Amino acid sequence: MKLTLRIWRQSGATGRLVEYVLDDLSPDMSFLEMLDVLNERLITEGQEPVAFDHDCREGICGMCGLMINGMAHGPEKATTACQLHLRHFRDGDVVTVEPWRAEPFPVVRDLVVDRSAFDRIVAAGGYVSVPAGSAPDAHATPVPKPDADTAFEAAACIGCGACVAACPNGSAMLFTAAKATHLGVLPQGQPERYSRARDMVAEHDASGFGGCTNTGECTSACPKGIPLTTIARLNADLLRAHTTRSDR
Amino acid sequence: MDTIGLYRTTVGKKVVMAVTGAGLLLYVVVHMLGNLTVFSGPDAINGYGHWLREIGAVWPTRVALLACVTLHFVAAYQLTAKARKARGRYEHRRRVQGSYAARTMRWGGVIIALFVVYHLLDLTVGWLNPNGIPGEIHANVVADFQHWYVVLAYAIAVLALGFHIRHGVWSAIQTLGVTTSRVIGLGVAVAICAGFLSVPFAVFTGLVS
Repeated sequence: MKLTLRIWRQSGATGRLVEYVLDDLSPDMSFLEMLDVLNERLITEGQEPVAFDHDCREGICGMCGLMINGMAHGPEKATTACQLHLRHFRDGDVVTVEPWRAEPFPVVRDLVVDRSAFDRIVAAGGYVSVPAGSAPDAHATPVPKPDADTAFEAAACIGCGACVAACPNGSAMLFTAAKATHLGVLPQGQPERYSRARDMVAEHDASGFGGCTNTGECTSACPKGIPLTTIARLNADLLRAHTTRSDR
Repeated sequence: MDTIGLYRTTVGKKVVMAVTGAGLLLYVVVHMLGNLTVFSGPDAINGYGHWLREIGAVWPTRVALLACVTLHFVAAYQLTAKARKARGRYEHRRRVQGSYAARTMRWGGVIIALFVVYHLLDLTVGWLNPNGIPGEIHANVVADFQHWYVVLAYAIAVLALGFHIRHGVWSAIQTLGVTTSRVIGLGVAVAICAGFLSVPFAVFTGLVS
């Protein structure tokens, strides 16, 4: 099959869309494999290859992240760009590929953005205190099944940044809420539950992300289907953190 | 209670919007119910207006409303400014989710505010009212809605309010920490729109005169 790609190329402060036509593509290729094909061609022709982030290529690492035809990770629901296959496009389609765009996600080069703002949010509160001696018994702390399920659903967040890329407010509330929920509903996460909400939201805001308006663009873009209920949970914890005297 | 610390966060500003929005919604519901007394004849609505003044409800309500509107607007302005700065600008972007109501919260709010100014000059002060005699609520309302353009402006404003409420109610509850069904916001919005629109509809069609 044939696709016309309009890819964002940027090496300095500004960039532009550059058109590439690819023939002889297999519908079974993933989107990233198609970019590999393009890059091999560019290298053979002596041109600079397109820089893009990727790692596991099986949808679990969160490295890949492309705005494909204006949709984070492309048109397929609950699918990362690496798991998106060309069979979901039509022969002859024109496909626009852009990097995530948000003030706290500066473009490093072409399709690669700097997502270290996420690392700062996690560092601010996305951890639990554990006794650093011998490993505890596996069943020492009982966890009710519904709590475990809620935590697991939130823990599926791979930190790819699609929620920010899709948000009309450039908010990272879904990411922050996923991390806060994942830890905050488990017994191991209780000691820092409220300070976690306070510190992570403070870092979120300080990093330059916008506020959430509950439009829900993030959840539909999320390759892991993190629900909006996590944001309500984070809001509740944050309110508690600021309305009680306790330093927790 | 760390009010300042809470307000510094984006979530805290949204909490202020949620709480002041709830206050304004309460007023809107009472206002809508008061309007429905127009169906019981001139004496009912004129008497209701007179009674509100008699019990001294008018000025405390105005002060409370002004405080709510101010806080609601300031928080919205600050959040909008932060979002404008934060959001990405794409060459090509498609919406996949997000209702019309959610997308039009900001400009919808501005439209409602502009209408409120007109509405006060029309039916509170009386300057823009064809009848415009203080206390003659029924006559003023009937004089207003004889004109199609007044009915149209009123209907547009009420629908804008309906959309604002549809997303606002759900979003406010979410901000205060509970995820509910979006149907709640829709239900409140439809009920309020129906209540408010019944009056111009009744006057324009001659059911109330």
